[in-house]
Amino acid sequence: MTDRSTTRRARTRRTLVFAVFLVVLALLYTGYKAFGQAVDDTQRDWWVVGSFLPRSDDKNMPPVLDILAEFGQAPREGGTTIGRLTLDGALFTLREAAVGFAAGTIIGLAIAVVLLQSRRAERGVLPYVIASQTVPLIAIAPIVVVWGRTGLEFLPWEWKDWMSVSLIATYLTFFPVAVNGLRGLQSPSPEASELMQSYAAGRRQVLRRLQLPASLPYLFPALRIAATASVVGAIVGEISAGVRGGLGRLILDFAGKYITGPERLYVAIIGACITGLVAVGVVAAAERLLLARRGIVAQ
Amino acid sequence: MAQDLVLEIAGLEKTFNPGRANAVTAISELDLSVRPREFVSIIGPSGCGKSTLLRLVGGLIDPTAGDLSVNGRSAQEARLARDYGMVFQAAGLLDWRTAVRNVELPLELMGWSKFRRRARAKEMLELVDLDGFASHYPAELSGGMQQRVSIARALSFEPSLLLMDEPFGALDEMTREYMQTELLKIWRETATTVIFITHSIPEAVFLSTRVAVMSPRPARIAAEIPIDLPERAPQVRDTEEFFRSVSLVRRTLRSVEHE
Ligand SMILES: Nc1ncnc2c1ncn2[C@@H]1O[C@H](COP(=O)(O)OP(=O)(O)OP(=O)(O)O)[C@@H](O)[C@H]1O
Ligand SMILES: [Mg+2]
Repeated sequence: MTDRSTTRRARTRRTLVFAVFLVVLALLYTGYKAFGQAVDDTQRDWWVVGSFLPRSDDKNMPPVLDILAEFGQAPREGGTTIGRLTLDGALFTLREAAVGFAAGTIIGLAIAVVLLQSRRAERGVLPYVIASQTVPLIAIAPIVVVWGRTGLEFLPWEWKDWMSVSLIATYLTFFPVAVNGLRGLQSPSPEASELMQSYAAGRRQVLRRLQLPASLPYLFPALRIAATASVVGAIVGEISAGVRGGLGRLILDFAGKYITGPERLYVAIIGACITGLVAVGVVAAAERLLLARRGIVAQ
Repeated sequence: MAQDLVLEIAGLEKTFNPGRANAVTAISELDLSVRPREFVSIIGPSGCGKSTLLRLVGGLIDPTAGDLSVNGRSAQEARLARDYGMVFQAAGLLDWRTAVRNVELPLELMGWSKFRRRARAKEMLELVDLDGFASHYPAELSGGMQQRVSIARALSFEPSLLLMDEPFGALDEMTREYMQTELLKIWRETATTVIFITHSIPEAVFLSTRVAVMSPRPARIAAEIPIDLPERAPQVRDTEEFFRSVSLVRRTLRSVEHE
Protein backbone atom coordinates (compact mmCIF):
# COMPACT_ATOMS: atom_id res chain seq x y z
CA MET A 1 0.00 0.00 0.00
CA THR A 2 1.29 3.43 -0.91
CA ASP A 3 -0.54 4.87 2.09
CA ARG A 4 1.41 2.79 4.55
CA SER A 5 4.77 3.44 2.93
CA THR A 6 4.16 7.20 2.97
CA THR A 7 3.27 7.14 6.66
CA ARG A 8 6.35 5.07 7.36
CA ARG A 9 8.48 7.51 5.41
CA ALA A 10 6.91 10.39 7.30
CA ARG A 11 7.72 8.68 10.58
CA THR A 12 11.35 8.09 9.59
CA ARG A 13 11.59 11.74 8.63
CA ARG A 14 10.16 12.84 11.97
CA THR A 15 12.66 10.68 13.86
CA LEU A 16 15.47 12.16 11.79
CA VAL A 17 14.28 15.71 12.40
CA PHE A 18 14.15 15.00 16.11
CA ALA A 19 17.72 13.62 16.11
CA VAL A 20 18.93 16.70 14.23
CA PHE A 21 17.06 18.87 16.74
CA LEU A 22 18.91 17.20 19.63
CA VAL A 23 22.28 17.66 17.93
CA VAL A 24 21.51 21.32 17.23
CA LEU A 25 20.50 21.78 20.87
CA ALA A 26 23.77 20.26 22.04
CA LEU A 27 25.71 22.42 19.58
CA LEU A 28 23.95 25.61 20.72
CA TYR A 29 24.69 24.73 24.34
CA THR A 30 28.33 24.03 23.53
CA GLY A 31 28.59 27.13 21.35
CA TYR A 32 27.14 29.40 24.04
CA LYS A 33 29.55 27.88 26.53
CA ALA A 34 32.54 28.35 24.23
CA PHE A 35 31.50 31.94 23.57
CA GLY A 36 31.14 32.65 27.30
CA GLN A 37 34.57 31.17 27.97
CA ALA A 38 36.12 33.12 25.11
CA VAL A 39 34.78 36.48 26.35
CA ASP A 40 35.54 35.41 29.92
CA ASP A 41 32.12 36.00 31.44
CA THR A 42 33.50 35.50 34.97
CA GLN A 43 34.42 39.16 34.80
CA ARG A 44 30.69 39.92 34.78
CA ASP A 45 31.22 42.95 32.59
CA TRP A 46 29.65 41.20 29.63
CA TRP A 47 26.05 42.30 30.10
CA VAL A 48 24.15 39.30 28.89
CA VAL A 49 26.28 36.21 29.03
CA GLY A 50 27.23 35.44 32.61
CA SER A 51 24.98 37.91 34.39
CA PHE A 52 21.58 38.01 32.82
CA LEU A 53 22.06 34.57 31.25
CA PRO A 54 23.75 31.68 33.05
CA ARG A 55 27.52 31.66 33.37
CA SER A 56 29.38 29.31 31.13
CA ASP A 57 31.84 27.75 33.57
CA ASP A 58 31.76 23.99 34.18
CA LYS A 59 29.88 24.40 37.49
CA ASN A 60 26.91 26.08 35.85
CA MET A 61 27.13 24.45 32.47
CA PRO A 62 28.95 21.15 32.51
CA PRO A 63 30.22 20.12 29.03
CA VAL A 64 27.80 17.97 27.03
CA LEU A 65 30.23 15.06 26.92
CA ASP A 66 30.67 15.17 30.71
CA ILE A 67 26.90 14.98 31.13
CA LEU A 68 26.70 12.00 28.79
CA ALA A 69 29.62 10.33 30.61
CA GLU A 70 27.83 10.86 33.94
CA PHE A 71 25.18 8.30 32.89
CA GLY A 72 27.81 5.58 33.39
CA GLN A 73 29.37 6.95 36.59
CA ALA A 74 28.59 5.44 39.99
CA PRO A 75 28.45 7.73 43.07
CA ARG A 76 30.03 4.98 45.15
CA GLU A 77 32.82 2.72 43.90
CA GLY A 78 31.25 -0.33 42.24
CA GLY A 79 27.70 0.87 43.11
CA THR A 80 24.71 1.67 40.92
CA THR A 81 25.38 4.07 38.05
CA ILE A 82 23.67 7.45 37.77
CA GLY A 83 22.04 6.32 34.55
CA ARG A 84 20.62 3.28 36.30
CA LEU A 85 19.39 5.32 39.25
CA THR A 86 17.67 7.68 36.84
CA LEU A 87 16.09 4.81 34.92
CA ASP A 88 14.77 3.26 38.14
CA GLY A 89 13.44 6.63 39.26
CA ALA A 90 11.86 7.22 35.86
CA LEU A 91 10.09 3.85 35.91
CA PHE A 92 8.82 4.53 39.42
CA THR A 93 7.51 7.94 38.41
CA LEU A 94 6.09 6.58 35.18
CA ARG A 95 4.11 3.99 37.12
CA GLU A 96 2.68 6.66 39.41
CA ALA A 97 1.82 8.81 36.42
CA ALA A 98 0.31 5.92 34.43
CA VAL A 99 -1.92 4.72 37.27
CA GLY A 100 -3.05 8.27 37.95
CA PHE A 101 -3.56 8.95 34.26
CA ALA A 102 -5.69 5.84 33.81
CA ALA A 103 -7.82 6.66 36.85
CA GLY A 104 -8.13 10.29 35.72
CA THR A 105 -9.22 9.25 32.23
CA ILE A 106 -11.93 6.98 33.61
CA ILE A 107 -13.16 9.59 36.10
CA GLY A 108 -13.02 12.34 33.48
CA LEU A 109 -15.04 10.28 31.00
CA ALA A 110 -17.53 9.33 33.69
CA ILE A 111 -18.04 13.00 34.55
CA ALA A 112 -18.43 13.86 30.84
CA VAL A 113 -21.04 11.13 30.36
CA VAL A 114 -22.98 12.30 33.44
CA LEU A 115 -22.88 15.95 32.35
CA LEU A 116 -24.01 14.89 28.88
CA GLN A 117 -27.34 13.72 30.26
CA SER A 118 -28.70 17.16 30.97
CA ARG A 119 -27.93 20.77 30.19
CA ARG A 120 -28.82 21.64 33.76
CA ALA A 121 -26.26 19.21 35.18
CA GLU A 122 -23.70 20.64 32.79
CA ARG A 123 -24.41 24.23 33.82
CA GLY A 124 -24.49 23.31 37.50
CA VAL A 125 -21.41 21.12 37.73
CA LEU A 126 -18.98 22.32 35.06
CA PRO A 127 -17.99 25.51 36.96
CA TYR A 128 -16.92 23.33 39.91
CA VAL A 129 -14.89 21.09 37.65
CA ILE A 130 -13.11 24.18 36.36
CA ALA A 131 -12.70 25.65 39.85
CA SER A 132 -11.11 22.38 41.01
CA GLN A 133 -8.06 23.20 38.92
CA THR A 134 -7.32 26.44 40.73
CA VAL A 135 -6.20 24.53 43.85
CA PRO A 136 -2.38 24.76 43.92
CA LEU A 137 -0.84 21.35 43.42
CA ILE A 138 2.21 21.99 45.61
CA ALA A 139 -0.06 22.82 48.51
CA ILE A 140 -2.30 19.79 48.30
CA ALA A 141 0.37 17.17 47.61
CA PRO A 142 1.57 16.84 51.22
CA ILE A 143 -2.03 16.82 52.44
CA VAL A 144 -2.87 13.98 50.07
CA VAL A 145 0.10 11.94 51.30
CA VAL A 146 -0.80 12.45 54.96
CA TRP A 147 -4.43 11.68 54.20
CA GLY A 148 -3.34 8.53 52.36
CA ARG A 149 -1.27 7.36 55.33
CA THR A 150 -3.94 7.94 57.94
CA GLY A 151 -7.33 8.19 56.38
CA LEU A 152 -7.57 5.36 53.90
CA GLU A 153 -7.46 2.33 56.17
CA PHE A 154 -10.88 1.16 55.04
CA LEU A 155 -9.52 0.27 51.61
CA PRO A 156 -9.14 -3.45 50.84
CA TRP A 157 -5.52 -2.91 49.80
CA GLU A 158 -2.64 -1.23 51.57
CA TRP A 159 -2.29 2.40 50.53
CA LYS A 160 1.27 3.29 49.55
CA ASP A 161 2.74 6.78 49.36
CA TRP A 162 3.21 6.54 45.61
CA MET A 163 -0.53 6.08 45.22
CA SER A 164 -1.00 9.52 46.74
CA VAL A 165 1.25 10.88 44.03
CA SER A 166 -0.86 9.01 41.48
CA LEU A 167 -3.86 10.77 42.90
CA ILE A 168 -2.25 14.06 41.96
CA ALA A 169 -1.80 12.82 38.39
CA THR A 170 -5.46 11.77 38.45
CA TYR A 171 -6.41 15.24 39.56
CA LEU A 172 -4.56 16.80 36.66
CA THR A 173 -5.88 14.30 34.10
CA PHE A 174 -9.59 14.19 34.83
CA PHE A 175 -10.08 17.86 34.06
CA PRO A 176 -9.03 18.10 30.39
CA VAL A 177 -10.60 14.68 29.76
CA ALA A 178 -13.94 15.76 31.25
CA VAL A 179 -14.05 19.10 29.45
CA ASN A 180 -12.89 17.92 26.01
CA GLY A 181 -14.69 14.62 26.40
CA LEU A 182 -17.97 16.42 26.97
CA ARG A 183 -17.40 18.58 23.89
CA GLY A 184 -16.63 15.46 21.88
CA LEU A 185 -19.69 13.60 23.14
CA GLN A 186 -21.80 16.58 22.13
CA SER A 187 -20.18 16.84 18.70
CA PRO A 188 -22.51 14.60 16.62
CA SER A 189 -24.90 16.62 14.45
CA PRO A 190 -28.61 16.80 15.33
CA GLU A 191 -29.24 14.74 12.16
CA ALA A 192 -27.01 11.95 13.41
CA SER A 193 -28.85 11.94 16.74
CA GLU A 194 -32.26 11.93 15.03
CA LEU A 195 -31.11 9.09 12.83
CA MET A 196 -30.22 7.04 15.90
CA GLN A 197 -33.61 7.96 17.33
CA SER A 198 -35.29 6.77 14.14
CA TYR A 199 -33.62 3.37 14.64
CA ALA A 200 -35.14 3.37 18.13
CA ALA A 201 -31.64 3.23 19.61
CA GLY A 202 -31.40 3.34 23.40
CA ARG A 203 -29.33 5.87 25.29
CA ARG A 204 -26.54 3.38 25.82
CA GLN A 205 -26.45 2.41 22.17
CA VAL A 206 -26.25 6.06 21.16
CA LEU A 207 -23.38 6.54 23.59
CA ARG A 208 -21.47 3.50 22.39
CA ARG A 209 -22.04 3.71 18.62
CA LEU A 210 -22.25 7.44 18.08
CA GLN A 211 -21.11 9.69 20.90
CA LEU A 212 -18.03 7.86 22.17
CA PRO A 213 -16.48 7.26 18.74
CA ALA A 214 -17.27 10.86 17.77
CA SER A 215 -15.53 12.11 20.91
CA LEU A 216 -12.16 10.48 20.17
CA PRO A 217 -10.73 13.28 18.02
CA TYR A 218 -11.60 15.71 20.85
CA LEU A 219 -10.32 13.39 23.53
CA PHE A 220 -6.84 12.69 22.25
CA PRO A 221 -5.49 16.26 22.43
CA ALA A 222 -6.68 16.29 26.05
CA LEU A 223 -5.01 12.94 26.71
CA ARG A 224 -1.75 14.19 25.27
CA ILE A 225 -1.82 17.23 27.55
CA ALA A 226 -2.82 15.03 30.46
CA ALA A 227 0.05 12.60 29.78
CA THR A 228 2.71 15.28 30.22
CA ALA A 229 0.81 16.87 33.09
CA SER A 230 0.71 13.49 34.83
CA VAL A 231 4.47 13.07 34.64
CA VAL A 232 5.21 16.64 35.70
CA GLY A 233 2.53 16.40 38.40
CA ALA A 234 4.04 13.17 39.69
CA ILE A 235 7.53 14.69 39.90
CA VAL A 236 6.29 17.84 41.61
CA GLY A 237 4.13 15.72 43.91
CA GLU A 238 7.10 13.56 44.91
CA ILE A 239 9.20 16.61 45.68
CA SER A 240 6.56 18.46 47.61
CA ALA A 241 5.32 15.43 49.56
CA GLY A 242 8.75 13.87 50.08
CA VAL A 243 7.92 10.54 48.47
CA ARG A 244 11.04 8.44 47.77
CA GLY A 245 11.87 6.24 44.82
CA GLY A 246 11.04 8.45 41.87
CA LEU A 247 12.56 11.16 39.72
CA GLY A 248 11.33 13.91 42.04
CA ARG A 249 13.36 12.63 44.95
CA LEU A 250 16.33 12.04 42.67
CA ILE A 251 16.22 15.63 41.40
CA LEU A 252 16.04 16.88 44.99
CA ASP A 253 19.05 14.71 46.01
CA PHE A 254 21.13 15.69 43.01
CA ALA A 255 20.28 19.36 43.47
CA GLY A 256 21.61 19.08 47.02
CA LYS A 257 24.90 17.73 45.71
CA TYR A 258 25.08 20.17 42.85
CA ILE A 259 28.36 21.74 44.00
CA THR A 260 30.25 18.45 43.85
CA GLY A 261 28.63 17.11 40.68
CA PRO A 262 26.35 19.31 38.60
CA GLU A 263 26.29 16.74 35.78
CA ARG A 264 24.03 14.46 37.81
CA LEU A 265 21.23 16.97 37.98
CA TYR A 266 21.40 17.34 34.21
CA VAL A 267 21.14 13.58 33.85
CA ALA A 268 18.04 13.53 36.05
CA ILE A 269 16.48 16.38 34.09
CA ILE A 270 17.15 14.59 30.80
CA GLY A 271 15.58 11.52 32.38
CA ALA A 272 12.48 13.54 33.29
CA CYS A 273 12.21 14.88 29.72
CA ILE A 274 12.47 11.38 28.25
CA THR A 275 9.85 10.12 30.68
CA GLY A 276 7.45 12.84 29.54
CA LEU A 277 8.18 12.01 25.90
CA VAL A 278 7.51 8.33 26.51
CA ALA A 279 4.16 9.17 28.09
CA VAL A 280 3.12 11.35 25.15
CA GLY A 281 4.48 8.78 22.70
CA VAL A 282 2.27 6.04 24.12
CA VAL A 283 -0.81 8.25 23.82
CA ALA A 284 0.13 9.28 20.27
CA ALA A 285 0.59 5.63 19.28
CA ALA A 286 -2.84 4.78 20.68
CA GLU A 287 -4.29 7.72 18.77
CA ARG A 288 -2.76 6.57 15.49
CA LEU A 289 -4.04 3.06 16.09
CA LEU A 290 -7.59 4.21 16.79
CA LEU A 291 -7.97 7.12 14.40
CA ALA A 292 -5.96 5.98 11.39
CA ARG A 293 -8.80 3.58 10.58
CA ARG A 294 -11.10 6.48 9.82
CA GLY A 295 -9.95 6.98 6.30
CA ILE A 296 -8.77 10.47 7.10
CA VAL A 297 -5.07 9.78 7.49
CA ALA A 298 -4.09 11.18 10.87
CA GLN A 299 -1.07 13.46 10.97
CA MET B 1 -59.15 3.73 10.80
CA ALA B 2 -58.66 2.19 7.41
CA GLN B 3 -56.07 -0.57 7.41
CA ASP B 4 -55.13 -0.08 3.79
CA LEU B 5 -53.38 3.21 4.52
CA VAL B 6 -49.71 3.43 5.42
CA LEU B 7 -50.12 6.94 6.71
CA GLU B 8 -53.24 8.72 7.85
CA ILE B 9 -53.11 12.28 9.16
CA ALA B 10 -56.12 14.33 10.24
CA GLY B 11 -56.27 17.80 11.78
CA LEU B 12 -52.57 17.75 12.62
CA GLU B 13 -51.16 20.75 14.45
CA LYS B 14 -47.67 21.56 15.68
CA THR B 15 -46.80 24.63 17.70
CA PHE B 16 -43.22 25.11 18.86
CA ASN B 17 -42.75 26.74 22.28
CA PRO B 18 -46.50 26.91 22.94
CA GLY B 19 -47.68 29.63 25.29
CA ARG B 20 -44.44 31.57 25.06
CA ALA B 21 -43.54 34.78 23.29
CA ASN B 22 -41.57 32.87 20.65
CA ALA B 23 -44.37 30.41 19.89
CA VAL B 24 -44.49 29.32 16.24
CA THR B 25 -47.37 27.39 14.74
CA ALA B 26 -45.67 25.53 11.93
CA ILE B 27 -48.52 23.19 11.00
CA SER B 28 -52.24 23.54 11.45
CA GLU B 29 -55.28 21.58 10.23
CA LEU B 30 -53.19 19.31 8.05
CA ASP B 31 -54.76 16.23 6.46
CA LEU B 32 -52.93 13.66 4.36
CA SER B 33 -53.36 9.99 3.51
CA VAL B 34 -50.84 7.75 1.84
CA ARG B 35 -51.56 4.29 0.47
CA PRO B 36 -49.03 1.45 0.29
CA ARG B 37 -46.52 1.68 -2.58
CA GLU B 38 -47.28 5.32 -3.26
CA PHE B 39 -44.54 7.84 -3.94
CA VAL B 40 -45.74 11.14 -2.52
CA SER B 41 -43.70 14.31 -2.95
CA ILE B 42 -44.27 17.27 -0.69
CA ILE B 43 -43.48 20.67 -2.03
CA GLY B 44 -44.05 24.10 -0.51
CA PRO B 45 -42.64 27.52 0.23
CA SER B 46 -39.41 27.65 2.20
CA GLY B 47 -39.91 27.48 5.98
CA CYS B 48 -43.54 26.37 5.71
CA GLY B 49 -43.08 23.26 7.83
CA LYS B 50 -42.12 20.42 5.48
CA SER B 51 -39.29 19.12 7.65
CA THR B 52 -41.50 19.52 10.69
CA LEU B 53 -44.17 17.36 9.04
CA LEU B 54 -41.61 14.68 8.26
CA ARG B 55 -40.28 14.70 11.82
CA LEU B 56 -43.83 14.42 13.15
CA VAL B 57 -44.50 11.45 10.89
CA GLY B 58 -41.20 9.90 11.96
CA GLY B 59 -42.07 10.23 15.64
CA LEU B 60 -39.04 12.42 16.33
CA ILE B 61 -41.29 15.18 17.70
CA ASP B 62 -44.84 15.02 19.03
CA PRO B 63 -47.80 16.90 17.55
CA THR B 64 -49.64 19.53 19.56
CA ALA B 65 -53.01 18.26 18.35
CA GLY B 66 -54.56 16.00 15.72
CA ASP B 67 -54.38 12.37 14.68
CA LEU B 68 -51.45 10.70 13.03
CA SER B 69 -51.29 6.98 12.45
CA VAL B 70 -48.74 4.87 10.65
CA ASN B 71 -49.84 1.36 9.75
CA GLY B 72 -52.57 1.81 12.33
CA ARG B 73 -50.14 2.76 15.10
CA SER B 74 -49.03 6.04 16.65
CA ALA B 75 -45.86 7.62 15.27
CA GLN B 76 -43.96 6.77 18.45
CA GLU B 77 -45.02 3.13 18.31
CA ALA B 78 -44.14 2.96 14.65
CA ARG B 79 -40.72 4.46 15.35
CA LEU B 80 -40.05 1.93 18.10
CA ALA B 81 -41.23 -0.80 15.72
CA ARG B 82 -38.70 0.52 13.18
CA ASP B 83 -41.25 1.29 10.51
CA TYR B 84 -39.17 4.19 9.16
CA GLY B 85 -36.13 4.66 7.07
CA MET B 86 -34.99 8.27 7.06
CA VAL B 87 -32.74 10.10 4.63
CA PHE B 88 -31.78 13.75 5.16
CA GLN B 89 -30.12 16.33 2.97
CA ALA B 90 -26.82 15.62 4.71
CA ALA B 91 -25.90 11.96 4.25
CA GLY B 92 -25.01 11.80 7.95
CA LEU B 93 -22.67 8.84 7.64
CA LEU B 94 -20.42 8.00 10.57
CA ASP B 95 -17.00 8.91 9.24
CA TRP B 96 -15.18 6.25 11.30
CA ARG B 97 -17.16 3.47 9.64
CA THR B 98 -16.68 2.11 6.15
CA ALA B 99 -19.61 2.24 3.72
CA VAL B 100 -20.66 -1.32 4.47
CA ARG B 101 -20.44 -0.77 8.23
CA ASN B 102 -22.53 2.37 7.93
CA VAL B 103 -25.23 0.36 6.20
CA GLU B 104 -24.93 -2.23 8.95
CA LEU B 105 -25.48 0.30 11.74
CA PRO B 106 -29.27 0.02 12.07
CA LEU B 107 -29.06 -3.77 11.79
CA GLU B 108 -26.42 -3.80 14.52
CA LEU B 109 -28.72 -1.78 16.78
CA MET B 110 -31.48 -4.25 16.06
CA GLY B 111 -29.31 -7.12 17.18
CA TRP B 112 -28.77 -8.90 13.87
CA SER B 113 -25.91 -11.40 13.80
CA LYS B 114 -22.69 -10.23 12.19
CA PHE B 115 -23.05 -12.67 9.33
CA ARG B 116 -26.63 -11.73 8.49
CA ARG B 117 -26.09 -8.01 8.65
CA ARG B 118 -22.94 -8.14 6.54
CA ALA B 119 -24.77 -10.13 3.89
CA ARG B 120 -27.71 -7.73 3.90
CA ALA B 121 -25.48 -4.64 3.82
CA LYS B 122 -23.59 -6.01 0.80
CA GLU B 123 -26.91 -6.65 -0.89
CA MET B 124 -28.07 -3.08 -0.22
CA LEU B 125 -24.83 -1.61 -1.54
CA GLU B 126 -25.36 -3.62 -4.69
CA LEU B 127 -28.86 -2.17 -4.95
CA VAL B 128 -27.42 1.36 -4.99
CA ASP B 129 -24.60 0.34 -7.36
CA LEU B 130 -21.83 0.70 -4.81
CA ASP B 131 -20.68 -2.90 -4.47
CA GLY B 132 -17.12 -1.89 -5.27
CA PHE B 133 -16.98 0.65 -2.46
CA ALA B 134 -17.96 -1.43 0.57
CA SER B 135 -14.69 -0.88 2.40
CA HIS B 136 -14.32 2.81 1.55
CA TYR B 137 -14.68 5.45 4.25
CA PRO B 138 -17.16 8.30 3.73
CA ALA B 139 -14.25 10.73 3.26
CA GLU B 140 -13.27 8.69 0.21
CA LEU B 141 -16.72 8.89 -1.42
CA SER B 142 -18.32 11.67 -3.48
CA GLY B 143 -21.43 13.47 -2.21
CA GLY B 144 -23.70 11.42 -4.46
CA MET B 145 -22.08 8.16 -3.37
CA GLN B 146 -22.45 9.13 0.29
CA GLN B 147 -26.12 9.84 -0.28
CA ARG B 148 -26.55 6.44 -1.92
CA VAL B 149 -24.94 4.78 1.10
CA SER B 150 -27.39 6.71 3.26
CA ILE B 151 -30.30 5.41 1.15
CA ALA B 152 -28.94 1.87 1.39
CA ARG B 153 -28.74 2.29 5.14
CA ALA B 154 -32.32 3.54 5.36
CA LEU B 155 -33.59 0.59 3.31
CA SER B 156 -31.45 -2.08 4.99
CA PHE B 157 -34.07 -3.08 7.56
CA GLU B 158 -36.93 -2.98 5.06
CA PRO B 159 -38.94 -0.17 6.62
CA SER B 160 -42.51 0.11 5.42
CA LEU B 161 -42.12 3.86 5.00
CA LEU B 162 -39.18 5.76 3.55
CA LEU B 163 -39.02 9.40 4.69
CA MET B 164 -36.74 11.62 2.64
CA ASP B 165 -36.04 15.30 3.37
CA GLU B 166 -34.46 16.98 0.33
CA PRO B 167 -32.09 14.04 -0.08
CA PHE B 168 -30.66 15.31 -3.36
CA GLY B 169 -30.66 19.00 -2.44
CA ALA B 170 -26.89 19.21 -2.11
CA LEU B 171 -26.11 17.43 -5.38
CA ASP B 172 -25.34 18.87 -8.81
CA GLU B 173 -27.93 18.59 -11.58
CA MET B 174 -26.36 15.60 -13.37
CA THR B 175 -25.86 13.56 -10.22
CA ARG B 176 -29.32 14.53 -9.13
CA GLU B 177 -31.01 13.15 -12.24
CA TYR B 178 -28.97 10.00 -11.97
CA MET B 179 -29.98 9.59 -8.32
CA GLN B 180 -33.63 10.12 -9.21
CA THR B 181 -33.49 7.25 -11.69
CA GLU B 182 -31.73 5.09 -9.08
CA LEU B 183 -34.34 5.92 -6.48
CA LEU B 184 -37.18 4.97 -8.82
CA LYS B 185 -35.45 1.69 -9.54
CA ILE B 186 -35.11 1.00 -5.83
CA TRP B 187 -38.69 2.01 -5.17
CA ARG B 188 -39.90 -0.44 -7.80
CA GLU B 189 -37.67 -3.26 -6.55
CA THR B 190 -38.41 -2.87 -2.84
CA ALA B 191 -42.13 -2.10 -2.79
CA THR B 192 -41.56 0.71 -0.27
CA THR B 193 -43.84 3.65 0.29
CA VAL B 194 -41.98 6.93 -0.07
CA ILE B 195 -42.63 10.41 1.28
CA PHE B 196 -40.25 12.76 -0.42
CA ILE B 197 -39.66 16.43 0.35
CA THR B 198 -38.15 18.59 -2.35
CA HIS B 199 -37.82 22.16 -3.58
CA SER B 200 -37.59 21.07 -7.19
CA ILE B 201 -40.84 20.86 -9.12
CA PRO B 202 -39.43 18.74 -11.98
CA GLU B 203 -37.96 16.36 -9.43
CA ALA B 204 -41.34 16.01 -7.68
CA VAL B 205 -43.13 15.42 -10.98
CA PHE B 206 -40.60 12.91 -12.27
CA LEU B 207 -40.56 10.80 -9.11
CA SER B 208 -44.06 10.89 -7.72
CA THR B 209 -47.36 9.23 -8.14
CA ARG B 210 -48.76 12.25 -6.32
CA VAL B 211 -47.53 15.73 -5.45
CA ALA B 212 -48.84 17.38 -2.28
CA VAL B 213 -48.52 21.16 -2.21
CA MET B 214 -48.21 22.80 1.19
CA SER B 215 -49.43 26.30 2.01
CA PRO B 216 -47.27 28.91 3.76
CA ARG B 217 -47.09 28.75 7.54
CA PRO B 218 -49.19 27.61 9.37
CA ALA B 219 -49.02 24.88 6.80
CA ARG B 220 -51.67 22.51 5.57
CA ILE B 221 -51.88 20.44 2.40
CA ALA B 222 -53.43 22.98 0.02
CA ALA B 223 -53.63 20.79 -3.07
CA GLU B 224 -52.85 17.27 -4.21
CA ILE B 225 -51.94 16.64 -7.81
CA PRO B 226 -51.89 13.09 -9.14
CA ILE B 227 -49.09 12.55 -11.64
CA ASP B 228 -49.75 10.13 -14.43
CA LEU B 229 -46.74 9.69 -16.65
CA PRO B 230 -46.69 6.81 -19.15
CA GLU B 231 -43.21 5.66 -18.11
CA ARG B 232 -40.61 7.00 -15.73
CA ALA B 233 -37.48 6.83 -17.79
CA PRO B 234 -35.08 9.80 -18.05
CA GLN B 235 -36.37 10.78 -21.49
CA VAL B 236 -39.87 11.37 -20.10
CA ARG B 237 -38.49 14.69 -18.86
CA ASP B 238 -38.58 15.99 -22.43
CA THR B 239 -42.20 15.06 -23.16
CA GLU B 240 -45.23 17.29 -23.46
CA GLU B 241 -47.01 15.49 -20.61
CA PHE B 242 -44.11 16.06 -18.27
CA PHE B 243 -44.08 19.79 -19.02
CA ARG B 244 -47.82 19.99 -18.49
CA SER B 245 -47.55 18.40 -15.04
CA VAL B 246 -44.62 20.61 -14.08
CA SER B 247 -46.52 23.67 -15.12
CA LEU B 248 -49.63 22.58 -13.24
CA VAL B 249 -47.66 22.08 -10.03
CA ARG B 250 -45.93 25.42 -10.52
CA ARG B 251 -49.23 27.29 -10.99
CA THR B 252 -50.72 25.57 -7.94
CA LEU B 253 -47.71 26.46 -5.81
CA ARG B 254 -47.88 30.08 -6.95
CA SER B 255 -51.59 30.40 -6.21
CA VAL B 256 -51.08 28.81 -2.80
CA GLU B 257 -48.26 31.21 -1.93
CA HIS B 258 -50.46 34.24 -2.68
CA GLU B 259 -53.54 33.04 -0.89
N1 LIG C 1 -37.17 23.06 16.93
C1 LIG C 1 -37.83 24.16 16.56
N2 LIG C 1 -38.11 25.12 17.46
C2 LIG C 1 -38.80 26.22 17.10
N3 LIG C 1 -39.23 26.49 15.87
C3 LIG C 1 -39.00 25.58 14.92
C4 LIG C 1 -38.27 24.37 15.21
N4 LIG C 1 -38.17 23.65 14.07
C5 LIG C 1 -38.78 24.37 13.12
N5 LIG C 1 -39.28 25.53 13.62
C6 LIG C 1 -40.04 26.53 12.87
O1 LIG C 1 -41.05 25.88 12.14
C7 LIG C 1 -41.18 26.43 10.86
C8 LIG C 1 -41.09 25.34 9.80
O2 LIG C 1 -39.78 24.80 9.80
P1 LIG C 1 -39.36 23.62 8.84
O3 LIG C 1 -37.94 23.32 9.08
O4 LIG C 1 -40.30 22.52 9.01
O5 LIG C 1 -39.56 24.29 7.42
P2 LIG C 1 -39.25 23.66 5.99
O6 LIG C 1 -40.50 23.74 5.21
O7 LIG C 1 -38.59 22.34 6.11
O8 LIG C 1 -38.22 24.72 5.43
P3 LIG C 1 -37.12 24.52 4.30
O9 LIG C 1 -37.85 24.47 3.02
O10 LIG C 1 -36.29 25.76 4.40
O11 LIG C 1 -36.38 23.26 4.61
C9 LIG C 1 -40.12 27.50 10.72
O12 LIG C 1 -40.73 28.75 10.89
C10 LIG C 1 -39.18 27.21 11.84
O13 LIG C 1 -38.65 28.41 12.34
MG1 LIG D 1 -36.65 21.58 5.67
